[in-house]
Formats: sequence, structure tokens, C-alpha cells
Amino acid sequence: MMGWIVAGIAGWGLGMGINMRLARLPGSRAAGPLAPVVFGVTLLWIWECFVRGLGVPGVILPPPSAIALRLADSTAILWQDFVQTAIRGALTGYVFGCGAAFLTAVAVDRFAFLRRGLLPVGNFVAALPIIGMAPILVMWFGFDWQSKAAVVVVMVFFPMLVNTVEGLQASERMQRDLMHTYAAGYWQTLRRLRLPAAMPFVFNGLKITTTLALIGAIVAEFFGSPIKGMGFRISTSVGQLALDLVWAEIVVAALAGSAFYGAVAALERAVTFWHPSQRGRAG
Amino acid sequence: MRHRVLPVLAVVAALVVVWYGAAVWLNAAWAQDRAARAGVELGLVELVADTWAQDKPKLPAPHQVAEEIWRTTAGQKITSRRSLLHHSWVTLSATLLGFAFGTALGIGLAVGIVHSRVMDMSVMPWVIASQTIPILAIAPMIIVVLNAVGISGLLPKAMISMYLSFFPVVVGMVKGLRSPGLMQLDQMKTWNASPAQTFWRLRLPASVPYLFASMKVAIAASLVGAIVGELPTGAVAGLGARLLAGSYYGQTIQIWSALFMAAALAALLVALIGALQRVVLRRMGMG
Repeated sequence: MMGWIVAGIAGWGLGMGINMRLARLPGSRAAGPLAPVVFGVTLLWIWECFVRGLGVPGVILPPPSAIALRLADSTAILWQDFVQTAIRGALTGYVFGCGAAFLTAVAVDRFAFLRRGLLPVGNFVAALPIIGMAPILVMWFGFDWQSKAAVVVVMVFFPMLVNTVEGLQASERMQRDLMHTYAAGYWQTLRRLRLPAAMPFVFNGLKITTTLALIGAIVAEFFGSPIKGMGFRISTSVGQLALDLVWAEIVVAALAGSAFYGAVAALERAVTFWHPSQRGRAG
Repeated sequence: MRHRVLPVLAVVAALVVVWYGAAVWLNAAWAQDRAARAGVELGLVELVADTWAQDKPKLPAPHQVAEEIWRTTAGQKITSRRSLLHHSWVTLSATLLGFAFGTALGIGLAVGIVHSRVMDMSVMPWVIASQTIPILAIAPMIIVVLNAVGISGLLPKAMISMYLSFFPVVVGMVKGLRSPGLMQLDQMKTWNASPAQTFWRLRLPASVPYLFASMKVAIAASLVGAIVGELPTGAVAGLGARLLAGSYYGQTIQIWSALFMAAALAALLVALIGALQRVVLRRMGMG
């Protein structure tokens, strides 16, 4: 008992020591990705030691090792839930929602009247607890993944719309005038100047909405789902006090969320390599 | 002013028209069904009238929702369980508590990150990573676990709100505390200011506009957290509980009225912070 706590405190000290050393290194470029890893590992170690040392029951907080075991044990269930929620629900909804918002933004942009009216409304709606639409959409589209995708569409639409509309305004007057002197038409200006200029804003919207998409798909499952899916598994496992499975599901959700975000961020770097915020990263 | 109000009104009016149309479209099947069973033929006018006045419509018409909201706010005593204001207050208190915790935690973390390289390097990436985790998904677990430990009621919901609201504050405050330029920092140095003095006299005032901008995002997130926190465990009060009960019993009008109440609450909270921002910034000579 005592041994675990001592080991935990020792690990804490060790991790802190390493990070302080890392922070003092002159060329901290190499240490950049290392410090957070050390921090994370230390945190997991402290968690493990204290849960074991203090004898916290597994129904309240399982140690990381138990979660890792459960994760390795039930890959079949976790994969099935992942496909149901993340791929069918979140990804479908994300693609449709962002696509629709993008096209709407391009259409709205042609009319200054619509733009002035829609932007405040969109900003307002983007701040609303849209997640509350979930029960209604589950009622409309049934229990399966279609309703989850619908929730995701509604959740990502307005943040994406607002960002894209703002992005389409990002090109400067001078640049647009230049396109005009080149005798470029509306579509040419859009393709060659305004869409590229809008890309940083578009990707900002795409990045914000990745998390929203996963949240929407998972929370929508609390209102009714078939007997698979991450939200379903979480809410039923909590009821059965199988907290190690819940945590395993959370690990999957976290990995999926981070990977999703990372993929969009990588795409952003490839598309907007010219933007000041991206320059100098490659070297 | 007219330049901006007119387009917004037009868009809102268009939305309401679309809504009424959608109500007819979605509720028509049920109306026809009932009419067929009663053996009556519905004319267009009767059909439209029926779709706008059903008990459990697929999509209630705006005036039905407005009626329900009026009935459950003005028509009930505030302490009554039927009063929507009572439920709003339950949610609002969790929201505000979580928001206060989250803002305090966010400011604390930001001050640490700005002043300590170790924290900047090891904590900041995790703060960002923490937001790619769909935290709302584990809301039920947090609530059940805290219940098992013996903490129930307001605090578990506030914890979820806190988790959702601390992130925008950290990011905004780090940006704000770092916003004074090199010239200004050098000026403080020439005055022989200590780090504490630099913090209180320069960094903190400079960060206030950033703080308010992120607080607006944080309070909206906090409200979402409180509502979702009420969903699992069958909470008996709060807007989230109204949503859940409505979805169990097919009371669509109740769901929509709870939804609109939540929207109004969000708008009110954001507007309040906006007003506070204007007053404070003017007092500080920045407005």
C-alpha cells in the first residue's frame, strides 16, 4: 500500500525533474515534443500508483493498467462501436454538414443583403446549445446512425457557414480590383483569388467542427440507439458499473478525435502552405 | 442601424415561414391519417389548420411553442415543478458555478503557462489535446462516479461545465498575457519593475479584452455542459431533464420550448458578458 504511494511521489518528482531539465536546454527544438510526453506518462504513473496505493475501488476509478487490459480484450466491441458512431454517424454528418455549409456560404456571398442578415443569425445560432436538437432529430430519423448524422449536420453547419462567409471576405479590395483589370469574371475571381484566400478561415471552421461532430454523434446516442455505438456503450456500461469499459471507450473516442483533428490540420498545412501561420514550420 | 436590422429581420422572417411550411409538410401525414379514420375529407384549409394545432406534432408550429413557453413561465408559480423558469434556474445555477470554476482554473493555468517555461512546454499541448476528446461523452460517467462518492446535485454538473469552459479561457488568457509588445516590456524593465509589478500593471490589464472575448465562448460552452450533464442519471429538474422527459413521452412541444428557453438563456448570458465588457473596458480607458 504505502509502497505504491511512495513510488507515485517518486515518479512525480522524476517527471518534474526531467521536464525542468528539458525546459532549460538551450536548443529546445528537440525537447519540444518530449516534454508533453513526459508529462503525460508521469500523470498516468501517478494515477496508477495512487489508485493502487489508496485502494480506490474499480467502480469509481480503475487504474490505467486495467483500462489498457480491457482495451486489448474487447477490440471487437470497440471497433464495432467506432464504426457505428465515428464513421457512420460523425464522419457522414461532418462531410454533409460542412459541404452544405460551404455551398450555402458561396451562394449567400453573392448577395450582400443575405450576407448581412445571415451572419448575425448564424453567429447567434452557432452559440446556441444545438445539442438539444438531438432528441427531436432522433424522433424524426429513427434510432440508427442516420439520426446521429443529422445531429452532426445541424451542429457543424453554422460554425462552418460563419467561418466560410467570413473567409470569402478575406481577399482585399486591391486584389479584387486587380482581378477585375485582368477581365476575370465572377467564377474566375472566385476560383483563383477568393477561395484560396478563404482557405485559412475554412480550415478554422473545419477544425472547430471535428470535435463537435464526435460530440454530436455520441450524445445523440443517449436519446436512443441500436445496441451498438460509443454513446450507447458508455451509458449502458456506466449503469453496469463496468467503468474499465467506459474508460476504454473514452480512450478510443480521444484517439479518434485527435486523429480526426490531426488529419484536418495536416490537410490545412498542405493547402494553406502560403499563409504566415504555416510558414517556417516545414524547416 | 437600419442597414443591419432589416436584413436580419428578413432572414428571421424567412426562417419562420419555412418553419410553418415544414410543420404542414411533416404533420400532414398524421392529420390525413386521423381524418381518414374519422371518415372525413380534409380540405386544404382544414389540413393546414390541423397541422398547426396537433397535440404531439412531429414539428410544432412556432405559435404552439410560444404558447407553451408563455404557459409554463408566466402561467405558473416560479417554485412550481411545472414552471420552466424553475428548470431554467436549476440549469443556470450549474452553468454559473461551472463557469466561475472554469474561468478561475483557466486564468490560473494561463498565468502559470506564461510565467513558467516548464508548464508552457508540458501542459499547453495537453490543454489543446484535452479538447479533441469528446468530453461530453463522459458526462454520464462523471455524474455517476461523483454520485457514488456521495457528491450529487449541483456540483457534478458544474464540473462538466467547468471542463468545457476552461479551455477558451486558457487559450485567450495566454494570448492576452503575452500581448504586450517587446517595447512595453522593455519600458517596464527600465523602470526596474519586478515580475509581479509587470504582471499586475502591464500583462493583466493588457489581457482583459482577450479575457472577455473568451468568456463569451466559455459561458455558451458552460451552458451546453450543464444541459448535457442533466441528461444521464435521469435528473428530475433542469432544461436537460425537460429535453429527456419530452423525448421519452413524445412531448415535442415541451422539447422545443425547453430548447428555446436554453437559446434565450445562452443569448442572455452572452449579452450580459458583452455589457460587462463594455463597462469594464470603458472604465479602463480601452473602450
